[in-house]
Parts: sequence; structure tokens; C-alpha cells
Amino acid sequence: MSTLVFIEDPADELSQQAFAFGRSLGPDVTAVAIEEAGGYAPAAWAQTLAELAGQRSVTAVVGPGSDHGNEVLAHVAAKLDLPMAANCVSVTPGEPATVIRQRWGGSLLEEARVRGRPLLLTAAPHAVAAEPVSDIELVDVSASASELDQVVRVVERVAASTGGVSLTDADVVVSGGRGVGSAEGFSIIEELAALLGGAVGCSRAVTSAGWRPHTDQVGQTGTKVSPEIYIACGISGATQHMAGCKGAKRLLAINPDGEASIFASADYAVIGDLHEVVPAISAEIRKARGSSG
Amino acid sequence: MNVLVCVKRVPLTGGKITLTEDQRAISTRHLGFTVSPHEECGVEEAIRLVEQHGGSTTVLTLGPPEAEEQLRDMMAIGIDRAIHLITDGSEWDPQATAKAIVDAIEAEPEPYDLIMFGNESADAGNCQVAIRVSQALGRPVINGVKAIVVDGDRLRCEQEVPAGRDVYLLAMPAVVGVKEGINLPRYPSVPGRMRAKRKPVAASEPQGGGESGLEMVKLIVPETAGKQAEVLGRGAEAAPAVVEILQEIGVM
Repeated sequence: MSTLVFIEDPADELSQQAFAFGRSLGPDVTAVAIEEAGGYAPAAWAQTLAELAGQRSVTAVVGPGSDHGNEVLAHVAAKLDLPMAANCVSVTPGEPATVIRQRWGGSLLEEARVRGRPLLLTAAPHAVAAEPVSDIELVDVSASASELDQVVRVVERVAASTGGVSLTDADVVVSGGRGVGSAEGFSIIEELAALLGGAVGCSRAVTSAGWRPHTDQVGQTGTKVSPEIYIACGISGATQHMAGCKGAKRLLAINPDGEASIFASADYAVIGDLHEVVPAISAEIRKARGSSG
Repeated sequence: MNVLVCVKRVPLTGGKITLTEDQRAISTRHLGFTVSPHEECGVEEAIRLVEQHGGSTTVLTLGPPEAEEQLRDMMAIGIDRAIHLITDGSEWDPQATAKAIVDAIEAEPEPYDLIMFGNESADAGNCQVAIRVSQALGRPVINGVKAIVVDGDRLRCEQEVPAGRDVYLLAMPAVVGVKEGINLPRYPSVPGRMRAKRKPVAASEPQGGGESGLEMVKLIVPETAGKQAEVLGRGAEAAPAVVEILQEIGVM
């Protein structure tokens, strides 16, 4: 077994996890990063990896299960007309190989047989422990990447509007679901988040209703968060939502329905109406800090 | 502009996923179905682009006879016509799916300026059909798009990244994979639903078969940690206990 691991950024957890995942296939692993002079260009980068894989007759190419990792490996697969298994949590080499991979954002797993040489896989985020990447080979984008490959590249970067704690970085996320009842109802959620220096999140029901922007949405098709504590207010616990907050170290659920499915994933529970509970928590925090405002 | 959106019929999972006895499918006996979320936003985007720039829209799905429901739903919010590649409901892997879609596109009398997909389907989440289709058609493609603006014969596409948005310029004809959040899809109106019943659906049965390169053996519901939530209290009375926990964790 010889494996090429595509490293998006050696300082990034997901690339370090992909490296560890690659090493699970065997000790012969080469970490490769693409010289970024021209900016990210997925098809050209994939052409580079595909050529390298062919020149070195590797048996597998692994990438991180990040947006770019999945995109680049999909291009490699399309160019070579080979299968690609995305977001794998484990792999067993063989003819054919077997993987366990994520479906439904991780709420369901699939055991699958994967054929093809090289084997093309991406590593599901946070499925294996990160390992520092040793000896990265930095390669130039292939000179034989076609014009079509080269033409799709980043031409401009628009900075994220600063303001507020980012959902992905927050230590505390206070999240509201359908139970909040309205856009205005989120003021108590915002208040609690502000007191704890945290970020405000919401469920898909809330964004569909137009109460909060999609950038606040936590879930399979929203943002995946990993705070110290996720406080879920009036959220029932749909699997697609849980796919977004399963990375939280602890989950506190506040819901009037003691049977809500979220409680099966919660560390702490408060049975009650968030409209009473959340302001009470904010008041208690102020009291504990000895301030009145 | 002539826009095609490819969608997939997926179950509306609730709070818990249960499997069929053979563990090869989700038990959908008590579930409704929908168009996969990213794709639903793709459909809305197609309708908006054509409302702004003129042209026509088509929705395509590869799926069982029941998937006609999703095609009619998309036509109810404004898509002009549909293509139904009818299967027996069994799973088609990404390579087979892409091939069937490419064959259908190449059989169309008019070329498409823009072909849209969701970044990945909600269920299988393979993240690759759009890219395979674009490779076969020789068109530029970008995935993960959260904004599209038509700029003459080019598309200005924004891809969300941690630092903000990366911008790409794609000359049409092009393929774009979009993500939910690009827009907020509209709801169908009753007149819309009535009109959708009369809109054309071109149906065919693509040839599948052959050995699959990515073949599902079985599905596995992940072990829940068997958590027993510690009940901190009921109503506002629980507040002191909550603050104690917050202090213990160190987020106060």
C-alpha cells in the first residue's frame, strides 16, 4: 500500500486528521501540498494530484473531508473515471476495499465496498485523531493542466463581515428553535449569548421562517459547531440539526416537552418554557456577577 | 438563459433514523419526502435568475416513479418543465447517476447555459455528481456556491470559506453546485400547484447496471452514547443550577 495524502493546510485539524487517516492504510504515506501561487483552482490541483498518483503508482489518494478536500478529490475521481468515497470514518484495504462512511451529515453510517486503483477517499471531519503532518512535499500545479482546469480559480476574496463571535469559534452557543416563536423572540437568546461571550445559533425551522439569517443556522446544511457548551432552546432535536451540534462538548436542552428527542443527546436538561427559563438564567448570571445590567 | 437544476428525492427524517430489516435502507413507512435542501435552493435560484434575465428552467431527477411528486412541487414554485429519469428506486452510485444525467442532457435539443446541483445530497452525501457531469460535458464547475450573479456571458460565483467568500468567474455554459442559504426558497401557491399538474414531464428509463465502484453493503445507525441527561430543574427555578454548571465549565 502506498498512499498520497492531499494536505490543504498543515496547520488545519482536518488536514492533520486526513494524514492520520492515510497512515491507517499503511506506513508508506506521502503528504502533498500544492503550491498556491495562483490561488485555489480545484480542477488544476486535481490534475496535479492525479498525475502524481499515476507517476508514483500509489494505491490510494486521501484528502480531508473539508469542502475543498471533497471538491478536489471529486475532480480527481472525475478525471480518472474512478469511484470516490467521501467522508469516511475508517477504511480496510482489500480487493475491493471496505469503508465506513457518513451519510446524513454523520447521523447515519454506511459500510461500502470501494473499487479502483488508486482508491480515492476523503476523511470525515473529527472521525480520527489529528496527527502532525511530517515531511510535506510541496508541488507546483501541473504544467499540463488544461485551460479548462486553470480557468476556475479564486479571483477575489471578500472578507467576512466582522462583528460578533463566529459560530465555528465560539466556546458557548445559545441556539433557538421553533419554540422561540418569532424573530423578536430571539432577543432573549441574544441576551444570554452576549452575557456568556457566545454566539447565537438557530435551527432550520427558524431560517425557513425567515426569523434569522442562514449564517446562524446550525445543522447538516448549516454550520457545524463544537463549543464547550451548546444551549438548545426550544429545539426538538431533528437528526439534521444534531448533525451540526454533535461536536459540542456538552449540550444543555431547554424544552417544555420532556419527551423531545433532543433530550436523548443532552448532558443537561431543563424542562420548561424557554421564554421563562432563558431570562431567568440571564438574571442569575448577572446576580452571580454582582451587577444589575 | 436556459437553466437546468438536478434534484433528488430524499426522506424527511425526524428525530430518529430507523432502518429496514435488511439494513439496506431507511424505513420510510412513516416519513414524507422532499427535495434535498441544497437543491431546493438551487431551484429557487434558477427561477430568480430567469425572472431577472429571461429564459427557461427545467428540473431533472433520477429516481423512482414517486419522485414525480418532487418534480411537480418544483414546477409549482415556477420551474417550466421536468425530466424524469425513472428507476426502480434502488440506489444508483455517483458514477452511474452522472452518466445517466449526462446522457439526458446530451439528448436535449437546446443546450443549457447553466446546470445546477446541490453541493451534496442530504442522504448519501457523496459530493461528486456535479463535478462528474461537468467533466463529461467539458464545462467549468465550482461547488459550495452561496451567491451567483450573471455578468454578461459569465457567472460571478461566491464560495463560502472560513475567512469570508472566495469569488470565481465562470464562462457559460457552466455547472454550479450550490449550498442552502444562497436564498430562501418560496412556497408554492395554490394556482402554482394547479399549473404544475399540466406542465410537461419528459420521462424515460435509463439503463443502469454493471458493477458499481461504490457499493453500499449495509447501513449502520451510530451508537448514541446512551446519555442520561441530568435534569437541572423545571422552569425558571432551574436557573441557579444552570449557572453552577456554567461556572464549573469555566464559561462564566
